[in-house]
Amino acid sequence: MKIACTASGDTLEAPFDNRFGRAEKFIIYDTESNTYTVLDNSQNLQAAQGAGVQSAQHVVASGATAIITGHLGPKAARVIFAAGIDAYHADAQTVGEALAMFKSKALKPLRDADVEGHWV
Amino acid sequence: MRIAIASGKGGTGKTFVTVNLARSFGNPLLVLDCDVEEPNSNLFIHGDLISERRSTVLVPRVDESLCEGSKVCSEVCEFNAIAVIGGKPLIFEDLCHSCGACAMFCPNGAIGEIEHKIGKVTVRTSDNIRLVEGMLDVGKALAVPVIRDVKHFADDAKEEHVLIDSPPGTSCPMVWTVGDADLVILVAEPTSFGLHDLELAVETVREIGIQFGVVINKDGLGDDRLERYCEKEGIEILARIPHDRRIAEVYAKGEQVIDVLPQYHELFTNLWNTITRKVHTVGGSDV
Amino acid sequence: MSERKNEILKELVVVSGKGGTGKTSITASLAALANNPVLADCDVDAADLHLVTAPSVLRTEAFFSGKEAMVDRDKCAGCGLCDSACRFDAFQQEDDGTYCINSVHCEGCGVCVRVCPEEAIRFVDRDCGEWMVSDTRFGPMVHARLHAAGENSGKLVTLVRKEAKKIAKEQDRSLIIVDGPPGIGCAVISSITGASAVLLVTEPSISGIHDLERVTSLARSFDIPVFVCVNKADIDPKTTEEIRRQTLEKGDHFVGTIPYDEEMVKAQLEGKSAVEYIEGDIRDRIEHIWEQIWTTM
Repeated sequence: MKIACTASGDTLEAPFDNRFGRAEKFIIYDTESNTYTVLDNSQNLQAAQGAGVQSAQHVVASGATAIITGHLGPKAARVIFAAGIDAYHADAQTVGEALAMFKSKALKPLRDADVEGHWV
Repeated sequence: MRIAIASGKGGTGKTFVTVNLARSFGNPLLVLDCDVEEPNSNLFIHGDLISERRSTVLVPRVDESLCEGSKVCSEVCEFNAIAVIGGKPLIFEDLCHSCGACAMFCPNGAIGEIEHKIGKVTVRTSDNIRLVEGMLDVGKALAVPVIRDVKHFADDAKEEHVLIDSPPGTSCPMVWTVGDADLVILVAEPTSFGLHDLELAVETVREIGIQFGVVINKDGLGDDRLERYCEKEGIEILARIPHDRRIAEVYAKGEQVIDVLPQYHELFTNLWNTITRKVHTVGGSDV
Repeated sequence: MSERKNEILKELVVVSGKGGTGKTSITASLAALANNPVLADCDVDAADLHLVTAPSVLRTEAFFSGKEAMVDRDKCAGCGLCDSACRFDAFQQEDDGTYCINSVHCEGCGVCVRVCPEEAIRFVDRDCGEWMVSDTRFGPMVHARLHAAGENSGKLVTLVRKEAKKIAKEQDRSLIIVDGPPGIGCAVISSITGASAVLLVTEPSISGIHDLERVTSLARSFDIPVFVCVNKADIDPKTTEEIRRQTLEKGDHFVGTIPYDEEMVKAQLEGKSAVEYIEGDIRDRIEHIWEQIWTTM
């Protein structure tokens, strides 16, 4: 399966980004091959609003079936859950740490948005 | 006359001037509070609620029986208000700017438009004043549609004059509010921050091309740099409200200065005269 | 240098609810007291912090947000379909029959661009303002200016904060102080998300109490510790006490009061922060406020 993890860098040592809509990048990790690709999310910098919606669409298009992030706003949540993607909350320093926690089933699933919208 | 009261930033005394101008005017007066994110005129003008109506904008509604998942709606939306997931459009009303693109370009005619509430407009009366306030619902992005609803009241107003309390700052909502005024009063403090913010406001008002003047609030607080700036720019100073600690105290309690400190009544009456003179003088030097 | 690399980057955002409470003045004083901060002026609609920090601008960049439509008059056939389709009253027909667009009204929706049969309308990125990186006596500063009538969506605020974080990391500084926008709308929310702490500078008035609840509940909804101080506190001591009471009741930190003092304005006129200009009580109070925030953060 592919997992999308919010990040502010290009590798597994990159800092884990707490926010979903304005995350700089997504690390798309493939659990079968243990490889990953980097999905650049900087188009969200062009958007004056609706970054959560845009980022979520980006993740849907990547083929990921789960996401790991810090917080998920209501609009992003709506898109993610409509696409049948699972969401998990992590409190981690790096992407690698977040993924390790996922593998050891230490992450809490998010069933709904857990923060208010940012309005940009 | 339509008089808008604005300022480069909040906290300069815009509402203070509006409210005391209103209360010192003897005849029927319409006051529009267009600071829809934080309307606070009602803290000072206590009136009976006469009416309340919703402020709405048009947002898309998809007829799923006609939708064929073309995704055109999502593609033409510049505001990320539509996401198509699994062939089904998800509408995000709060992001919608009501441009109509999705409804217009859907190849299957599957999108219609319905009303979506973004705020409300209340009408109160208090003595000679009819106060109309716009209030944007928390979390809504677009202030201008609510401001437009408030300003509609000026279209067929029976009152002699209209005072418009503008949102602070110089961005879109302020520009929309003051756009059709006969005169804009810019309220400013004579400090370095005050002067800087006034310069921004002057730039904006000149770009719109409306007649304006300055009311100095807390005159004596800083120095004369504001006066010198106005002189250099040929901007008329319509009134000077002295820096008086008692004013701050009265205002903090939500009371009206002209009631509690009657010597200020004359100041505001004179301001009315100055405003009237200025509006009826053609070809003023302020550009 | 390498010890500092382990310090977590902290970000203090100073907000005020309504304008005019003295937020920027106090932010400047905190900047003077802090150790090697990076400053971020996110009050982009009416930026004032630079009047006290006297920045030397090192770099200026344009800020683009959204789009706008522009008519290519050579291609315009004057059919007016654009005007009929436009919901924002942005079109005006000129004497020669061609149309032009009022940039202030243009919402950047793109409907006219798609509707025009001559493809005579260009859709371009909108230049909304600029942001700058500067040097000040307190440390590096990121600030910005929106063009008049610009859209204050919070995007520029997000950009300024991001750049400030970049600089903090590059220069091994562990504190960012943000002069936040007034109000409680999009721009304020963009300034608060992800911050380490929020300081609300309020004044003892009805509007002040009104804003206290709105602004602090916003910060709390993001799980951010809230500090509250009251400026011009002696204007209404009863209300000041009420603010203190409400703050403590909600479990937030009440960090001090500052009396109304014209010396604060004199400092501003001199282009100095209060703690650089004033000796005595006011200075002590601000130092006390800073100490509490810094040790708790």
